[in-house]
Amino acid sequence: MLLCGADIIVRTLIEQGCDTIFGYPGGQVLDIYHSLHKYRDEIRHVLTADEQGAAHAADGYSRSSGRTGVVLATSGPGATNLVTGIATAYLDSIPMVAITGNVATSLIGTDSFQELDITGVTLPITKHNYFVGSIETLADTIREAFRLAKSGRPGPVLVDIPKDIQKQFTQYTPCAKVLPDETFAAKEVRITEAAECINQSQRPFIFFGGGLISSGAQTEMLELAERIDAALGCSFMGISAIPTAHPRFLGMQGMHGRYACSVAMNKADCVIALGTRFSDRATGGLDTFIPKAKIVHIDIEGAELSKTTRDTHALRGDIKKTLEALLPLITKAEHPDWMQQVADIRAEERTHRDTREGLTPLNIMEIVNRCREADMPVATDVGQHQMWSAQMLSFSCERTFISSGGLGAMGYGMGGAIGSTMATGKKTLLITGDGSFGMNLNELATVVTHQLPITVVLLNNRVLGMVRQLQDFFYDKTYSNTSLEDRRTDFVMLAKAFGADAERVCTVDSFEKALKKAIGSGKPYLIEVMVDKDEYVLPMIPGGKSVSEIITKVGD
Amino acid sequence: MNRYTIAILVRNQFGVLNRITSMFRRRQFNISCLTVSETESAEYSRITVLFGGDEGNKNQLVNQLYKLPDVISIKEFDNENTVSSELLLIKVVNCAENREEIRAAADAFNARTVDYTKKSIVMQLTDSSRRIDDFINLMRDFNILEICRTGIVSLERGESTIRKITNL
Repeated sequence: MLLCGADIIVRTLIEQGCDTIFGYPGGQVLDIYHSLHKYRDEIRHVLTADEQGAAHAADGYSRSSGRTGVVLATSGPGATNLVTGIATAYLDSIPMVAITGNVATSLIGTDSFQELDITGVTLPITKHNYFVGSIETLADTIREAFRLAKSGRPGPVLVDIPKDIQKQFTQYTPCAKVLPDETFAAKEVRITEAAECINQSQRPFIFFGGGLISSGAQTEMLELAERIDAALGCSFMGISAIPTAHPRFLGMQGMHGRYACSVAMNKADCVIALGTRFSDRATGGLDTFIPKAKIVHIDIEGAELSKTTRDTHALRGDIKKTLEALLPLITKAEHPDWMQQVADIRAEERTHRDTREGLTPLNIMEIVNRCREADMPVATDVGQHQMWSAQMLSFSCERTFISSGGLGAMGYGMGGAIGSTMATGKKTLLITGDGSFGMNLNELATVVTHQLPITVVLLNNRVLGMVRQLQDFFYDKTYSNTSLEDRRTDFVMLAKAFGADAERVCTVDSFEKALKKAIGSGKPYLIEVMVDKDEYVLPMIPGGKSVSEIITKVGD
Repeated sequence: MNRYTIAILVRNQFGVLNRITSMFRRRQFNISCLTVSETESAEYSRITVLFGGDEGNKNQLVNQLYKLPDVISIKEFDNENTVSSELLLIKVVNCAENREEIRAAADAFNARTVDYTKKSIVMQLTDSSRRIDDFINLMRDFNILEICRTGIVSLERGESTIRKITNL
């Protein structure tokens, strides 16, 4: 049928399974918005407070559901506002399609109003991007963007579409939803070599990242763990892949990882790394990282193999398919000595437990664990509250931890929570800090507009806690520009001004009561939790250092 | 530090060179020479890159290239099974006292004179990069006015081509 470019864009999005699009209108996407109105029964548009919120929401939609998130913005400032959101998705390998309008092709290159080379700007933060120069290629380019976003290692793809292309007419032929490229197992010979290495191991450790969730290989991974009697640990991105309570699971490792996990991993003689890229936050100093271990590294992305670590066995392939081929070659083993060592490390970890009363990070997170339903997604912003959440929250369903890992983008959380609740229909918790919240509080407007069941737990310590902690440890307690005490923001009044319910709590009991009430209400609700500014994220392995230098309490 | 020569077959599309060089820049690969040209097919361009680094750098560069959807295939060259060539244009001052020596050097290197005036000589030399370096060094005694060289292009000996290399 003969359709204009804007209609083709919207029809192609619908055809590719997009039911929700986050965005913000503007001059160069007016035609697309006109079409979105026309097709409003088939595709829901969520108007956010700004484009960054929309991009984070598309990302949260994707993280919580596994479906490709879609965001739409106008040219120029609309497009640049997407940048942090696209970069967040890129660093964490989250499938996303970003659509931007641009000025008409006749004006491209003339510095016209709100013209911007967004394909140039997003070159380093997208898997690929497209400038659509002809209406004939429009539908297929959008389809290709969906294919790429989910093929191999997922990630964001941007499609920039000039205004005149949106207005031109051409034939539109509906297509089936494009499938991501077929995945493959690693080469047989590599699998055989890796199996030998694993079979010889006496102290095996499986270390998984976000790739395990993308591949959906949890069952195979757990079967491998049982068969070889391995300890389990994850990177930040691996959180929620398997239940926190799994008896073999030691939690997250790394800079702010759990003591037991970092220490046990360091003692392993074989680390089987699945879908993780060994970032500096996970490894610390590379020379002293897992020195006794042979590394069996499985990843769909060849460029992550031997990038930072010296992989003994580098296996490029889909984790699930590779483990399926690997498992028959693995002999059943028991390592009682190793398991005893791990148990001892765990016992030692328990002695570090914070036993203080009051609104300490641990007590706050334990209340959150008690009050939320097991499958309730938790989004976070970035900073101390994020690391406390990563360390102490208990997860039982995959894709329920929605947080910016690689980029560490403060301001991610509110958009992430909006996307999560829109994708899953579930109530969502946002744990944030007063610093991060200040970067995205405008999205409260979106939460209220749609009466989303989001409970915001705002840990207010009146400082930029994570940076302050570093100033404490490494900058002689010179708190340059990390105090927010003079801001005097009344977050309860602020939330109420946006139209949300809100209250402030200063005790453990009142927090638990408020949280139950807030979650029960199913409405936008903000709880401001007053936290001491001298709380720390511990343990901590200082940047570039090794596990032997782990700090477990202040004054060490 | 080793030197590696690789050829990259890419989709012949608007902006593809930018995508490749942007990746080199942001990951700080040490590129010493880069040539781009059309190929036997209008669909593809071929980029030849000479760079320095260790084996790990080389593997990372190749793997990072494969992340770009426009990259079709990559060929790494070794010294033995490769024919490589580069073209030099060099302009030197023409004066009575040097004229004979310049001519002798040009003859020795098989450099062709492509422009000759009272005040200048332009010579063209197609050879290995090493021989071109040598020729330039020789000419340094004779007041070089300008140099332009194309950068290296390489093909594997025998019937095998870059397109038979899969990216697995």
